[in-house]
Amino acid sequence: MTAPLDVSSEETKATPEAVVSGLGGAKAIQGRSLGQIAWMRLKQDKVALAGAGVVIFLVLVAIFAPVIVGWFGHPPNEFHQEMIDTMTMRPKGGSGISSEFLFGVEPQNGRDLFSRVVYGARISLLIAFFATMLSVLIGTVMGIVAGYFGGWVDAVISRLMDIFLAFPILVFALALVGVLGQFEMQLGVQGDTLRILLLIFVIGFFNWGYIARIIRGQTLSLREREFVDAARSLGARGPYILFREILPNLIAPILIYATLLVPANVLFEAALSFLGVGIQPPTATWGAMLSAATKYYTVPHFMIFPGMAIFITVLAFNLFGDGLRDALDPKSNR
Amino acid sequence: MVTYIIRRLIGALLMLAVVSMVTFSIFFVVPRLAGVTATDFANRYVGRAATQETVVEVAKKLGLNDPVVVQYGRWVKGIFVGSEFDYGSGVEHCPAPCFGYSFVTKKPVWPDLLDRLPVTLSLAVGASIIWLLAGVAVGVLSALKRGSLFDRGAMIVALSGVSLPPFFTGLIALSLFSYGLRITAPGGAYTPFSENPAEWAYNLILPWLTLAFLNAAAYARLTRAGMLETMGEDYIRTARAKGLKESTVITKHGLRAALTPIVTIFGLDVGILLGGAILTENVFSLPGLGKYATGAIAAQDLPKIMGFTMLAAFFIVMANLIVDLLYAVVDPRVRLA
Repeated sequence: MTAPLDVSSEETKATPEAVVSGLGGAKAIQGRSLGQIAWMRLKQDKVALAGAGVVIFLVLVAIFAPVIVGWFGHPPNEFHQEMIDTMTMRPKGGSGISSEFLFGVEPQNGRDLFSRVVYGARISLLIAFFATMLSVLIGTVMGIVAGYFGGWVDAVISRLMDIFLAFPILVFALALVGVLGQFEMQLGVQGDTLRILLLIFVIGFFNWGYIARIIRGQTLSLREREFVDAARSLGARGPYILFREILPNLIAPILIYATLLVPANVLFEAALSFLGVGIQPPTATWGAMLSAATKYYTVPHFMIFPGMAIFITVLAFNLFGDGLRDALDPKSNR
Repeated sequence: MVTYIIRRLIGALLMLAVVSMVTFSIFFVVPRLAGVTATDFANRYVGRAATQETVVEVAKKLGLNDPVVVQYGRWVKGIFVGSEFDYGSGVEHCPAPCFGYSFVTKKPVWPDLLDRLPVTLSLAVGASIIWLLAGVAVGVLSALKRGSLFDRGAMIVALSGVSLPPFFTGLIALSLFSYGLRITAPGGAYTPFSENPAEWAYNLILPWLTLAFLNAAAYARLTRAGMLETMGEDYIRTARAKGLKESTVITKHGLRAALTPIVTIFGLDVGILLGGAILTENVFSLPGLGKYATGAIAAQDLPKIMGFTMLAAFFIVMANLIVDLLYAVVDPRVRLA
């Protein structure tokens, strides 16, 4: 990258990391890329690394869900009526936790809670990742265009951002999924595929306001920098300056806010599933499992496993995101 | 000050107009774009057993084939002056704030919404008072005792609180306090405040705490950061130097400045509050608007969902307006600008 980094070069030379490289002997001080500097800082941050470790673990669990369930569990939609006390409809012995059912079984129909939690990770992460990508895409384009062009373009986009930020997002998402979900036949896609696409679209579409505002602010200050003037005086046009000069300098904030948006989207998806507009049963989702648990709040294990799955996922992403922000953009304290 | 209020009022009205358009689009334009026809809509009104001719007839009577703008105009007009509905079984009148006619119960939606409004308002207002008081108090204490055990403990709880969805904490709370210790209501009941205030609070205390916990955590973090910053300002030293009591310095000089950003963020969070209220109502089976909306979705009763969406949006816009005005009270620079 020839353009100045967000972390200004004078400052990086003064930080210990840059000097450390000189300790190797006669080697001269080397320049470091933003990625290298961030990685060095991130390595120091044990909490963030732990978060990253959990995130990687969760992604692997989601990808290899069928294999894991094949080893340690039963198919997620298989009934195990023999595990249920027919009088109370609760698992025999309270939870049914055993070496065969690691997390016990669900009340009423005795499905394996472990495999349902594992499969729930798939839906949760799939939707959260793609919805985040959609938000980041819309947010970045809107923010960069508003910040660079200014004037009425900025005014219109900024108003739009305000509206999206002030909107009762959950209410509108609820309405939109509720409405569209009813017209399955006319939409041409059905079942889980339709719901997944719908959730990705709705969650992604309503969440771009915040990221756009941040990108806009950064673009506003970047466009006044000398390297942009230089590019312009060399004859570069709008699109070139936007995507080749300014965009590379926005990678840090985009990465940070994308990482912090994922846990928000995990919660969003869980909330919609909890309210019954997410992926429909019998497909396992964490939110829907907690929704079923409201009828059985006297059976603690039924709520604790899916709930802890959400909590751990969200916390891990938040910790990693916070660490990433400290590493990439040490000046920001928020 | 007057121009500030007028500007904000106009802004709120514009926002309401936009919100009504978006709501209308969600229910009538977006499905159209996705390939849903006018007769599909009419089908919803008359029920599945109807013949093709009646459906086409009803679609015509309800004006579902008209241009979108005309339909939107008719809908807005209904809200202000009421409107007539004709399902094919005679004309029904829907009085003034007409937010539509239920597919299922064949009754106007508005009275239903009014019935459930007090529940949601009680929940939201009570919870936000708890969360603001608890969040600000914990934040201030954390900042004053920076680095202490209390500070670190509070910040760990705050970080967890942001990562815990209310439908999980609510369930845990129910399981612990209502089922285990039997000290709180088991959920599902609501007593109006006017009938029995004690019972009203007894039924709502757990939902309040659940909903408050969601954001008290975030507010504690914010207040702590704000207090740490303001307490380092020069004017705080001046206040101390002129011999003011420490409590006066903290509340009148420190907290007042630190509160301004909290008020702003609270305005932005009213939407989150309402979303949280929907979730909380569903956890505790409270018969409020959120429960009403999810019930309507399960029953595929579009007009109910639409009425709820519009009302919810209205409240958010109003809350934002109030917060903007409060902001002017807290921060003199705003009203002078």
